Amino acid sequence: MTALSITILAGFLIAILAPFLTRLMKHRAAFVLALYPLAVVIQLLALQRDTLTAPSIQFPWVPSMGLWMTFTLDGLGFLMAMLIAGIGTLVILYGGEYLRDDPHLERFFLWVIIFMASMLGVVTSGNALVLFVFWELTSISSFFLIGYKFEYESARAAAWQALLVTGAGGLAMLAGLVLLGQITGSFEINQWMQNPNLVQESALAPAAFILILLSAMTKSAQFPFHFWLPNAMEAPTPVSAYLHSATMVKAGVYLLARLFPVLGGLALWNQVVPWVGLLTLVGGAMLALGQTDLKKLLAYTTVSSLGGMVFLLGLGTPLAVKSAMLFLLAHALYKGTLFLVAGGVDHSAGSRDIRKLGKLAKLMPFTTLAAGLAALSMAGIPPLIGFISKEYVYESTYYYSNLPYILTGLAVLANVANVAVAGWVGIRPFWQQPEQKDEDLHPHKESVWLWIPPLVLAITGLFMGVFIQGAAQTWVAASTSAVLQEITKVKFSLWHGITPMLLLSIFTLIIGIVVYLTSRTLIPRLAACWKKLSSVGPNIFYSRSMRAFLSVAGWQTKILQSGYLRYYIITIIVTTVTLAVITLATRYGNLPNPQWTQPRFYDVIFIVIIIISALLVTRAESRLATITLLGAIGFSIAILFLLYSAPDLAMVQFAVETLTVILFVLVIYQLPKYTKTNYPIHANALNIIVSVAGGIMMAGLMLLTSAIPSNSTLAPYFMENSLPLAKGHNVVNVILVDFRGLDTLGEITVLMIAAIGVFALLGLKKGSKGGGNS
Amino acid sequence: MLYLMAITAGVLFAAGIFMILRRSMVKVLVGILLLGYAANLLLFNAAPLMRGVPPLIDPIYGVPAEYADPVPQALILTAIVISFSVTAFAVVLIRRAYAVTGTGDLDNMHCTDIPCESEEILSDLEDEII
Repeated sequence: MTALSITILAGFLIAILAPFLTRLMKHRAAFVLALYPLAVVIQLLALQRDTLTAPSIQFPWVPSMGLWMTFTLDGLGFLMAMLIAGIGTLVILYGGEYLRDDPHLERFFLWVIIFMASMLGVVTSGNALVLFVFWELTSISSFFLIGYKFEYESARAAAWQALLVTGAGGLAMLAGLVLLGQITGSFEINQWMQNPNLVQESALAPAAFILILLSAMTKSAQFPFHFWLPNAMEAPTPVSAYLHSATMVKAGVYLLARLFPVLGGLALWNQVVPWVGLLTLVGGAMLALGQTDLKKLLAYTTVSSLGGMVFLLGLGTPLAVKSAMLFLLAHALYKGTLFLVAGGVDHSAGSRDIRKLGKLAKLMPFTTLAAGLAALSMAGIPPLIGFISKEYVYESTYYYSNLPYILTGLAVLANVANVAVAGWVGIRPFWQQPEQKDEDLHPHKESVWLWIPPLVLAITGLFMGVFIQGAAQTWVAASTSAVLQEITKVKFSLWHGITPMLLLSIFTLIIGIVVYLTSRTLIPRLAACWKKLSSVGPNIFYSRSMRAFLSVAGWQTKILQSGYLRYYIITIIVTTVTLAVITLATRYGNLPNPQWTQPRFYDVIFIVIIIISALLVTRAESRLATITLLGAIGFSIAILFLLYSAPDLAMVQFAVETLTVILFVLVIYQLPKYTKTNYPIHANALNIIVSVAGGIMMAGLMLLTSAIPSNSTLAPYFMENSLPLAKGHNVVNVILVDFRGLDTLGEITVLMIAAIGVFALLGLKKGSKGGGNS
Repeated sequence: MLYLMAITAGVLFAAGIFMILRRSMVKVLVGILLLGYAANLLLFNAAPLMRGVPPLIDPIYGVPAEYADPVPQALILTAIVISFSVTAFAVVLIRRAYAVTGTGDLDNMHCTDIPCESEEILSDLEDEII
């Protein structure tokens, strides 16, 4: 187990190296990179298990907070990991050929391998928070892979949509997992499973359940969140096959199965989950019948199948769970194949429109074989694994205690659509004449690495039905045991006499063939019908809410970020004054009382000068008057410093004040003139109120601070040590150049930067509009 | 005296805030200068005001019995120098901005870096995302 989890984590490193390898080896890098999932497959097979006790390994993450990276592998994780690594090997080989001449091939490898490692992380993590991290990583890699052809706006929009929908679900999941963590006091999923009663008796359990169900619904494209999956078909076909059919979209199903032992006992589970699944199962199937694009057909049937799995898990009987696990395996095998076939057809024939494709069997014999096998499996024809899976599904609904006939009827309806779509995708493009002639299409021969991967998958599906039933049975049994938390046996059989299930299968097949044959009239009618419905569909809701969201964002930005300096300043001052007033008012009784000391005659003179000048500055109408008044204020303050024992300050203030006045006088006529601006009365009143309030607050605060007796220990320290330590008699100077020398260095730096800035601005003479004229 | 100093600083703060709320760039700079004076006074009053006892060490008698607190003085000294450098930079910057844009009115500069048609840019963005 240690070796396996290290291998899985090594995937992230390999992903980072993949682009460099691709630079070196071009598309042939696929053969090297495929070794990674292959290594995982081999390790998994070495670990194969059918018992309930799962091995696990913990790496410290934040041990002080009780966080451990726990990896574990039970039957369910094993089944998923086999699919991820097995199909992943084929997809890398296929993708290298499919995107052979693509300039961004290295991005495909990078993100596919990151996805692979994250998805393997999802299915092997035993800690809920680790699971969440990997879960989000799959959403992010899905975003980059859907947006692979970033030149196209549709691809960008689809990527964005998928990220928002699954990302929102991820947040819901985090909240749900945290709730479960609160209830149980642990984030180890193992601990949750050991005492499910703790969760089921908690009042928070329904909330946690709904949140986790939401995340599963977004990830697994359940109604009404199904719309992102067909849009995600913008991704290159290997990505669609891998992420959006075989693995990532099954993460929601996986999550429900994983938490079934914890949440399955809730009454809500049986009341909600089956209906969500059933609606998606039937809705997806019906929507599929209106499509003509190979990938869209497959996408909608994928939505339908995911609905089926959620539905079966929702029923929750041992038989239904068994069927769900088998369906998961069978679906990945046949749908993965069909997607890869669709990519091959698109590559060779240049179209994915089933009305334009036909008679490809001669050109692409091996693809035809793979497509045929997968289509038979999807249509549920013996001896393929799809047949066994479908029988199990019918058995689960037929023997369910509640509404068995309605449930079975709806399952039959969805399967009829599956039969028709299987024919349209897997049979018709290869054998029938095209419905519409398109002179622009010049199909060419299939390339080797575009037919080997689908054929391998298709043959696996065949063998699992006939020859290596043993392996498939063990896997499905092990994962069912993990979900139900008790040892369960699974027996596949292709023939068990004339049963209601067999009759239903035959009936499904006949109706399916009828639908298949009537495609010419059925598809356009249904398509028109769905088009009408789309104006109330969730896709429109998504774009409307995006638009509303953006306009709210724009509106609030315009208010908060007005771009006018005065509004920012008014906001700052009003907030400060309000907070200060609230604080002062609540402590009114305990405020210190400042001492009144008699002022001297000189003090009063300079203070009066300052106050009058300050008031006059606000009314001054010429620049020269302003400078004069500012000078008066500055020099008066310098004299106040002098009177109150601060000769150094006074000297500096005199010098700086003189320099400032000189500076102003030098450039005054290059500064903009004062213009008479007519402020609206209310604006002016507001400005005056704000500034007076600010002034009063500052005066009040100043009185209060000076009323607090100062018993600074700094002053005596500096006075005592100035001479012995720094050999200086002027303590202020010693502080500046010695005790706090580094601060002064900072100050000098500021001066330098300002000087450089001034110099640079003065130096800008020509070459820019306006130009300086210094 | 404390009360007088507080009132002076208050008036300087009020005048500074008022000036900084004006539309003219030069007046905003004047406002910043006034706020600088006010802040210096605030710092100066943080220690008790004392007359005729500068923090100097007598070569013969050593540390005096009474002295004004040297710490706020050191702080203010730094503040004066920094505010001078800021003023110098701001003056040159305003001159430059005026030379380039031909206006001293902040409201007219509102659209100099992002064109005022920014609302249209926003709606273009919307179209792209959806």
